[in-house]
Amino acid sequence: MSEQLERYSYDIVVIGAGGAGLRAAVEAREAGLRVAIICKSLFGKAHTVMAEGGVAASMGNVNESDNWMVHFRDTMRGGKFLNHYRMAELHAKEAPERVWELELWGALFDRTKEGKISQRNFGGHEYPRLAHVGDRTGLELIRTMQQRIVAMQQKDGRETGNPESFIKVFAELTVTEITKENGKVSGAYGYWRESGKEVFFEAPAVVLATGGVGKTFKITSNSWEGTGDGHALALKAGGNLVDMEFLQFHPTGMVWPPSVRGLLVTESVRGDGGVLTNTDGVRFMFNYIPDVFKDKYADNEAEADRWYNDQANNRRPPELLPRDEVARAINSEVKAGRGTEHGGVFLDVSKRLPADVIKKKLPSMWHQFYELAGVDITKEAMEVGPTCHYVMGGVEVDPDSAAAVGVPGLFAAGEVAGGMHGSNRLGGNSLSDLLVFGRRAGVGASEYVKSNGANPASEDSLKVAHERIEKPFSQVGGENPYALHQELQEVAHNLVGIIRTRAELEEAIAKIADIRERAKSVSVSGGREFNPGFHLTFDLDNMLLIAESTAKSALLREESRGGHTRDDFPGMNAQWRQVNHISSFNGDHVSVRQQPLPSLPKELFDLFDIHELEKYMTPEEIAKGGSN
Amino acid sequence: MARTIKLRIWRGNAKDGGLQDVTVDANEGEVVLDVIHRVQATQMNDLAVRWNCKAGKCGSCSMEINGKPRLACMTQMANFEEDETITITPLRAFPVIKDLVTDVSFNYKKAMEIPAFEPPADLKPGEPRMEQIDVERSQEFRKCIECFLCQDTCHVIRDHEENKKSFAGPRFFIRIAELDMHPLDMLRNRKQKAQEEHGLGMCNITKCCTEVCPEHIRITDNAIIPMKERVVDVKYDPARWLGSKIRKRDGIL
Repeated sequence: MSEQLERYSYDIVVIGAGGAGLRAAVEAREAGLRVAIICKSLFGKAHTVMAEGGVAASMGNVNESDNWMVHFRDTMRGGKFLNHYRMAELHAKEAPERVWELELWGALFDRTKEGKISQRNFGGHEYPRLAHVGDRTGLELIRTMQQRIVAMQQKDGRETGNPESFIKVFAELTVTEITKENGKVSGAYGYWRESGKEVFFEAPAVVLATGGVGKTFKITSNSWEGTGDGHALALKAGGNLVDMEFLQFHPTGMVWPPSVRGLLVTESVRGDGGVLTNTDGVRFMFNYIPDVFKDKYADNEAEADRWYNDQANNRRPPELLPRDEVARAINSEVKAGRGTEHGGVFLDVSKRLPADVIKKKLPSMWHQFYELAGVDITKEAMEVGPTCHYVMGGVEVDPDSAAAVGVPGLFAAGEVAGGMHGSNRLGGNSLSDLLVFGRRAGVGASEYVKSNGANPASEDSLKVAHERIEKPFSQVGGENPYALHQELQEVAHNLVGIIRTRAELEEAIAKIADIRERAKSVSVSGGREFNPGFHLTFDLDNMLLIAESTAKSALLREESRGGHTRDDFPGMNAQWRQVNHISSFNGDHVSVRQQPLPSLPKELFDLFDIHELEKYMTPEEIAKGGSN
Repeated sequence: MARTIKLRIWRGNAKDGGLQDVTVDANEGEVVLDVIHRVQATQMNDLAVRWNCKAGKCGSCSMEINGKPRLACMTQMANFEEDETITITPLRAFPVIKDLVTDVSFNYKKAMEIPAFEPPADLKPGEPRMEQIDVERSQEFRKCIECFLCQDTCHVIRDHEENKKSFAGPRFFIRIAELDMHPLDMLRNRKQKAQEEHGLGMCNITKCCTEVCPEHIRITDNAIIPMKERVVDVKYDPARWLGSKIRKRDGIL
């Protein structure tokens, strides 16, 4: 096999061509290194295109009271203080620069009257903070960086005669293994989806930018690519995952018709005035304001309505609570029998804004409902319910360099990395996350390569990777990968979903182990050429590891916080706030251990009102007043 | 609520292939991509089809449905008659790889030929000031999801492989128009280059591209025609030609 193996040699391999991967690649090229960008889809199709609302950055263009400290506080609050403080700090400080530089690469954000980048309101953000382009901000980000990469390639072409001399995109290629030599990363092994032919990229550094895990669940806003590849690759390479129990169920996914169930309805609908009602016509969110948020959210309709025009003198409408709160509220309303026949509630913007404004501010939402559900959102309410949207958990990294803990040469940025968002991510913080930490991963990997040099791979490590790819073809009459995937999605959805209990999680762990056992005998029909059944066998393997990690982490955490709700432990507990759950893999199963959460340094501790911190921290932590 | 429908799906590769009949269930509210996925999961595990977001936002599931270039995720099954046989074939303008998947690398090559955005050299991050009205013209073109349906339907290249070399296609005419109308772009002569190097002159404005655009971008009216008109203006009016050489636009920053 080694004589047929297609081989490349690069300084850095970036896996994933969404926002984080592309931003990392731009940075690595600027550092003078040679970069391979690998993606499972065509170039420019990554899930980042689906991001709608905007990118959070405290530029202060709409309200000049905004600054990084306010953004930092909002992010920590949203994450229920389980965030890695350093990531939240870097993110809040660097987001404005990352947005501004996109303009110099050609991005065209919507403008304020003064001609600055406009910023919109979003759940959990104290001030209007999200730079946006209508409701297609993700597309703008990915296209801008895609075109930035093309511009760099054109320049390289002029200077070297070959546009791909420094950056080359390998589209429709799946990576199945991170190879290691002497305990350090030596490259990435995979296959072309088109031909099924195997490829090896020798490189001393690999940046994981593979996004999320949504396809593990039955109802999700994620595309087929969200199969936790980077999470699983990191685990198998000896890395850790942190806090995998925290999954964000976005409160507003479409619920009808069945074929679009889970498809995202942007939070901007609520940011721009949309209200949630149950089938009794009650605006129910007023009944679900948690104590920790009572001073920031209006408890009556009159004040909530005034807020849209006068934010200085009124509290925010409760529709704009962090996503976990809204998702649980909708879940409770439906369970109490006040949901629609399709298991959702109503989200209505038609009574709040004129039709032409809706079409201008929310063009893709209008389009999506009109084309796919036959609903005109300028005249009627939408039917919405929670959908699996984002994983807060991810690869444990060093905040400054994005280096994966425990695997020299491995880096991770964007959704695949953990820690930044704590137990719940605020809307708009994912696009800023992938810009800030995508760049940092590019810097981190470049510095690593410059100081460590090459790390050639051994033939033995390639042989192992090759055998794994061949296996599904050598088995006849085994399990159908599509059927197993469906089974896993049912288990994850029903037993590890938005509300959890000990008994259900234990059942899930047993069932996932059973599916994993059966997946060993999975077989595929047809040849290697563009064969989706074959492709799914690797995705399935990744999703099974993720599901195991999530279920086991969730079983251990005996409290409810953010994207983890235990029916048997409904309250938030300050003791549990001091604990991260670290997943690791021994080649056979995932184990989860506890690790102390890094505590807030004094200068960040002091940014908060002490009475607010008392709601989250133990008296001992409060008395200590920060870690230095 | 499920009904049984008849599909005729093209299966094969670059060497050969043909239409295969299949019957499959369709449920209320489903789109063509749902039905293709059901065929894939139950009858043809190795049926090749590209897709991603299933929400009309990524432009991956482009194919021809009853001969029309469409996104499979945005084509409702309810549009078809009860007893109609729906024919699904790969994009005709591009070489087949397998089944419904084609080699669209032509488009990425053309993207590489369009001169990049060129902001003023001394512009610093955070400095740009632009009016909403000035960014909206380019924003319309930046809605493009690169589904390449406009490229597929364009008769200049649909059945004329020989034209591909000198013709960038509608997707890249809107890219050029977008940059040309971009308030911060300083590169001159984009329209002339479109005419001379990217085949703008070969377009004879049949508007087929505008008709198939799932984002409803007015490709012909807002990008192609204005560029063609300006090219003619500048070419035949010496004063305007001179003006275009002196200053692209003033007072925008």
